[in-house]
Amino acid sequence: MTELERQQWDVVIVGAGGAGLRAAIEARERGARTAVICKSLFGKAHTVMAEGGIAASMGNVNSGDNWQVHFRDTMRGGKFLNQWRMAELHAQEAPDRVWELETWGALFDRTHDGKISQRNFGGHEYPRLAHVGDRTGLELIRTLQQKIVSLQQEDKAEFGDYEARLKVFQECTVTRVLKDGNRVSGTFCYERETGRFFVLEAPSVVLATGGIGKSFKVTSNSWEYTGDGQALALLAGAPLLNMEFVQFHPTGMVWPPSVKGILVTESVRGDGGVLRNSEGKRFMFNYIPDVFKEKYAQTEEEGDRWYEDPDNNRRPPELLPRDEVARAINSEVKAGRGSPHGGVFLDVSTRMPADVIRRRLPSMYHQFKELADVDITAEAMEVGPTCHYVMGGIAVESDSAATLGVPGLFAAGEVAGGMHGSNRLGGNSLSDLLVFGRRAGWHAADYAAALTPRPSVDEGQIDRAAAEALRPFSAVAQDDGAQPENPYTLHQELQQTMNDLVGIIRRGGEMEQALERLGGLRARAQRAGVEGHRQFNPGWHLSLDLRNMLLVSECIARAALERTESRGGHTREDCPTMEREWRPVNLLCRLVDPTEGLAATDPQRGQIALERTATEPIRPDLLALFEKEELVKYLAEEELYQ
Amino acid sequence: MSATASTQYTAHFRVWRGDQDGGQLEDFSVEVHEGEVVLDIIHRLQATQVSDLAVRWNCKAGKCGSCSAEINGRPRLLCMTRMSIFTREETITVTPLRAFPVVRDLVTDVSFNYTKAREVPSFVPPPGVAAGEYRMQQMDVDRSQEFRKCIECFLCQDTCHVVRDHEENKEAFAGPRFLMRVAELDMHPLDAAAETGLDRKKTAQDEHGLGYCNITKCCTEVCPEGIKITDNALIPLKERAVDRKYDPLVWLGSKIGRRGGGGQD
Repeated sequence: MTELERQQWDVVIVGAGGAGLRAAIEARERGARTAVICKSLFGKAHTVMAEGGIAASMGNVNSGDNWQVHFRDTMRGGKFLNQWRMAELHAQEAPDRVWELETWGALFDRTHDGKISQRNFGGHEYPRLAHVGDRTGLELIRTLQQKIVSLQQEDKAEFGDYEARLKVFQECTVTRVLKDGNRVSGTFCYERETGRFFVLEAPSVVLATGGIGKSFKVTSNSWEYTGDGQALALLAGAPLLNMEFVQFHPTGMVWPPSVKGILVTESVRGDGGVLRNSEGKRFMFNYIPDVFKEKYAQTEEEGDRWYEDPDNNRRPPELLPRDEVARAINSEVKAGRGSPHGGVFLDVSTRMPADVIRRRLPSMYHQFKELADVDITAEAMEVGPTCHYVMGGIAVESDSAATLGVPGLFAAGEVAGGMHGSNRLGGNSLSDLLVFGRRAGWHAADYAAALTPRPSVDEGQIDRAAAEALRPFSAVAQDDGAQPENPYTLHQELQQTMNDLVGIIRRGGEMEQALERLGGLRARAQRAGVEGHRQFNPGWHLSLDLRNMLLVSECIARAALERTESRGGHTREDCPTMEREWRPVNLLCRLVDPTEGLAATDPQRGQIALERTATEPIRPDLLALFEKEELVKYLAEEELYQ
Repeated sequence: MSATASTQYTAHFRVWRGDQDGGQLEDFSVEVHEGEVVLDIIHRLQATQVSDLAVRWNCKAGKCGSCSAEINGRPRLLCMTRMSIFTREETITVTPLRAFPVVRDLVTDVSFNYTKAREVPSFVPPPGVAAGEYRMQQMDVDRSQEFRKCIECFLCQDTCHVVRDHEENKEAFAGPRFLMRVAELDMHPLDAAAETGLDRKKTAQDEHGLGYCNITKCCTEVCPEGIKITDNALIPLKERAVDRKYDPLVWLGSKIGRRGGGGQD
């Protein structure tokens, strides 16, 4: 039996980004003793990198906006694959979630009449994004962090202990969700600083760990994005949904190599920036797809007038949803019209005065100046697509954020699937975190309160989790001469594989090749070995994260191979059109081998099985928000006449 | 693409390795490519020479404030320090933040900052103003917004001479980051602390050690966000703490006028 520290909590939240912190606030305010556990320091989560804003139809800048318009935009952006009830709740509740932040001390940029300012963004019909310059994510995380501190101050006053009802375990990692029968009983964790193991016993666990970008070479994501929550859910028996949909943000930095992939906010385009190829042409006018023809300007003149007079002009095609813009950039580069370092030009310098650029886009100005020696007030940026976000994720019930089939396990934020369908609109992520973070915290607290007796923690699971976590220290040469593997090398090979073979443009044969390589990497990862000891050892941490990256990468590759169409963030060169018969199809990924991943050592045998399920029919009153002519472009015949 | 061989070279690094029981600088020769930052080089060391070299980092884009360390003795973000600012011959010495206890290698125990954060009373929402009804003018939020650009890298906390070599001052002194937090809340147009009997200026002086600060501006110099910590947060807080102490009428006026007393430079 493994001797380790155990603590009892009502709700354990894994991840301390926007969704995790919002869930923690809600669970604690509903009376649950709540623990938050996160890999980084408190306040450093990936949410800080969100730049553009939070989408919420407050109607502060254009009073024509309301939740129905926001819902429509979200469904269009996701090509109607969205879990429509999530899109509905999201559009309805986002304004309240933003206003609530102000009561916790957030300071958004203001309109002339003192309200929260809202900016234009791709795919949003009206100016909708509440923002703070281009550092909105930082404001969000800091506000939630400070709200948590204020709740801890209340507990200090009442109980003499800041952490009586809400504690943050920072720089700790969860490697397994523990179960009692099919119900959640807690989490197995290690402290990064000391390498010490511990168990948090709890009937409710909320996964809020974000995305998967670190499986790709060119990404805007931070090191934390290793697919932990998705893998924890799979290993606990919960399925993932539509993992083939990965968003490549159209504008990442491309030069110098060490910063390749770092995000260039969409606000640059929302505020007037334009994309040009090496011939100086605004190429996006050539890439307006049929489904969006009526909604976008056909000439540069009309597009330019729209910034001042949006009611009588259509928006420029630079503001198409991200999947469209990313593909267009990819095509231009492929056609030989790219910039010197393999991107295209994004220019604000000829569009706005220098002082306006510095005021509205301060971090972009700073980022290019510091990292690339480019003054964006004087010259164009070079940009290209970068892996940014996964639309797929843990399958959840829309209202409660509960996972399917594992009572007590909840998921919110990027780690959860469904909300964004096949493509997410900019700005809809921060609002997603708040809306569904709150719902997950609420339902996790309710579930924990109603459950007696509490599930108990199984000793055997703890022992196996401890052995799994220690394996990298005992990696030795095999009888057949195979040496221990360097985890950094494995990670680089994985990133190259996903980038080259399951990237922005996909082909059937390449994805089959990717699955083969992933099998080989998986077998080698079993022998990942590290030097030194358990105290703050990054090589060890990476060895453990590899299991998660390999699991989610297999999900992405398998689902992408299965879906023989192009939709949103999933583009198949060999199946280039969006097929209406694929619209009502969800692809679920499940672990084939829930017995602790023994299949992992066999390179031939995959770990993931796919299942096709039908999407829930869209409620008629929501369908009625669209024109019939538009629905015809998306929905299958039988859906139209139901 | 054009990262040709001529833009690559081998640099000489000295990196502190050890833990709370002690340690030493270790020498490394390591490849450098065009456009790289110091964090890239540390990562290359991890991947090729010392897999267990401990370093804290996260976004690698200057937005999260995790990778704070000292490079040639100066507090900096590893991810925003470009190799091109050094000559190729120069030895680059990377050490952990000096003001905080070492955990391992370049990672320090920064819990001091989280302790201090908890000691600053939070934003007090204005009574009777519902969510959605908050109205503020941009010019009134500008000042606090500047301070909210803070990424909590704690470089200012590390460099501040009040605590850098004076462990004994840590108890009484919140450090520039959290004095700036007090200033931020004090300048928030709708903070209702005063209505609850909380005087933020007084607490800055009496509870957070504002008096220790003698405005040498070291904090401002190292701030990667370019926040004018001393000029815009600490000096105005000091001035108003003094006003409040010696001239109740000035204090009253500043409360009524709301926009008075801002530090613009």
